[in-house]
Amino acid sequence: MLEVKNLYTSIDGNEILKGINLNVNAGEVHAIMGPNGSGKSTLAQVLAGREEYEVIKGEVIYQGKNLLDLSAEDRAREGVFLAFQYPVEIPGVSNVNLLKTAVNEIRKYHNEDELDAIDFLNLIKEKMKLVELDESFIKRSVNEGFSGGEKKRNEIFQMAVLNPKLAILDETDSGLDIDALKVVANGVNKLKSRDNATVVVTHYQRLLEYIIPDFVHVLYKGQIVKSGGKELAFELEEKGYDWLKNDKKEVVTG
Amino acid sequence: MENIIDFKEWFVKNYKTFEDNLNGEKTPELHRIRKEALKNFSDLSLPTLKDEEWRYTNISPLLKYNFILPQEDLKISDKQVKKFLFGEIDSNILIFINGKFSEENSKLLNLPEGTIAGSISDAVKNNPEIIEKHFSKYASPSNQIFTALSTAYTKDGAFVYIPDGKIVEEPIHIIFITSTSEDKIITQPRNLFVASENSQVTIIEHYVSENNNIYFTNSVTEIVASDNAIVDHYKIQEESINAFHIARVEIDQERNSNFTSHSISTGGVITRNDINARFNGDGGECTLNGLFLLQDNQLFDAHTLIDHANPHCNSHEHYKGILDDSARGVFNGKVFVRQDAQKTNAFQQNNNILLSNNALVNTKPQLEIFADDVKCSHGATIGQIDEEARFYLKSRGIGEEAANAILIHAFASDVIKSMKMEPVRNYLEDILSKRFNQ
Repeated sequence: MLEVKNLYTSIDGNEILKGINLNVNAGEVHAIMGPNGSGKSTLAQVLAGREEYEVIKGEVIYQGKNLLDLSAEDRAREGVFLAFQYPVEIPGVSNVNLLKTAVNEIRKYHNEDELDAIDFLNLIKEKMKLVELDESFIKRSVNEGFSGGEKKRNEIFQMAVLNPKLAILDETDSGLDIDALKVVANGVNKLKSRDNATVVVTHYQRLLEYIIPDFVHVLYKGQIVKSGGKELAFELEEKGYDWLKNDKKEVVTG
Repeated sequence: MENIIDFKEWFVKNYKTFEDNLNGEKTPELHRIRKEALKNFSDLSLPTLKDEEWRYTNISPLLKYNFILPQEDLKISDKQVKKFLFGEIDSNILIFINGKFSEENSKLLNLPEGTIAGSISDAVKNNPEIIEKHFSKYASPSNQIFTALSTAYTKDGAFVYIPDGKIVEEPIHIIFITSTSEDKIITQPRNLFVASENSQVTIIEHYVSENNNIYFTNSVTEIVASDNAIVDHYKIQEESINAFHIARVEIDQERNSNFTSHSISTGGVITRNDINARFNGDGGECTLNGLFLLQDNQLFDAHTLIDHANPHCNSHEHYKGILDDSARGVFNGKVFVRQDAQKTNAFQQNNNILLSNNALVNTKPQLEIFADDVKCSHGATIGQIDEEARFYLKSRGIGEEAANAILIHAFASDVIKSMKMEPVRNYLEDILSKRFNQ
């Protein structure tokens, strides 16, 4: 589904990603872990189409298409979804207005008719249950005055409504208490299918106790320095990232 | 092109013709006011960029024309009027065509006893005592040349009078339609709205055009909110894109009165809006909100003044500008809190969003406080569409254009939501949608 090949990117002249290689197939859950500043969020943002990042080298193939050629909105329409680390507050735009516009723009892109008001309402009511959101929530302005937990649940709610093929969750666990974490993880798990894939970007192993990854990749200084199964996450939790840094040094010097 | 006579000289020279055409509107007292204003007009100078109050508004394009008074009475069908109405709601409708009251297009519902809604030329004949008491008592012609011009040439305009304790349920929607094949006319609606003690009324001043002609609207509106009166006022300016619109609204607020103004501006090549409210008694409440939507080379200048001359009054002001292309906007909001005006609350805010690199806003919030027990704040911002918010919307599959439209709607939404009249809100939402293709 997604093939990242030797990807180099920079922002404001600073090179952040230095040769990322990653293969994600349908039905898989990948976790990308790493210390702060390793480039995890950059990778998530670049895949979602943030224009501030310059791609210096490499390519990204998504479902046979060159992802980097597509605008952010077209990536979303093709099924890429980014759950933001810091969801943006948009006063004056209601959640329901955002979702209705999004759903219909995506449908238009695929030459489908717009959803009528009733079908749309049924769709969002069904998906709200998934993340245990109250119905009054949809009339509120996007993320405005939301608690940290509400913001993250809103991201998963949007993901549920838009039903992406490739979901990228950027630090979705940060700032969540354990109850909110379970709700969010539960939502993600229910949305998992054989046809879609999930990339979980996280600093901590905690989320991965609830969203079990098939693969774990460790990102360090813009490169994936180690990949493995879910046991790698536990290993990191136990030993911390210093172990890897040393390990890497050994590799480099040795 | 024919020779253009100097702006002032032209109107002084033509005054005799205007005077000769006055019929019943020529009571001695009113005509004395007219003649005095004509003298003010010829004594005062036209504003230039050197005048502090006109620093960013160059009116020289206006001075390139000799505007003529509308010669013929034009008929307009109700169908033509209909497109300017706010849907199917019940309103009292007053129609003015090229400045002249059109009784046949107007429609009054059952107004409370003693309420008058019509033209000022009729009021001069039928209600001289009200005219004498209020006309030209608030908008002084002695220090503003366009008010002087309006006062000198006073002939018609809207007149609304609500007696003590009466509540007018349905809004009074006043539509000034300028439609002309003869080019370059001037209309000078001269409006007077008097809400007596304990009365309540909603009045909409609505300026529209049938085409994109060049013309000049010079309007003056005087509003009296007597003790305990509630006045909800809207001014919607949708003039021709080539029109000049200079307007002054002067509000006299008596004890415990509540005045709300929403000023919406989308038309005109040069627009100048002055709104001045003065608290003449304790306990008044004044809200001045505005939204201007500009494109091409439009210039819009809002000058507001809230004069806290008495204690225990509250004022709230929020103006928002959305500017595209090479449009220019000016906001100058003065709030005076005089020495006696203790326990004043005065809040003022001006936010602008620029959609193009060539758009420009000059904003000047001005707070002058001479009392010591007050709560006041003011602020101004000029920004662009929030990139973070736009990326967020795009990342949900919403295209660039739709994302911009959503964010512009959102920017305007708090001013729109603050309007009490839902049909006006919907009308504005439509204008925004048409403008931004969403």
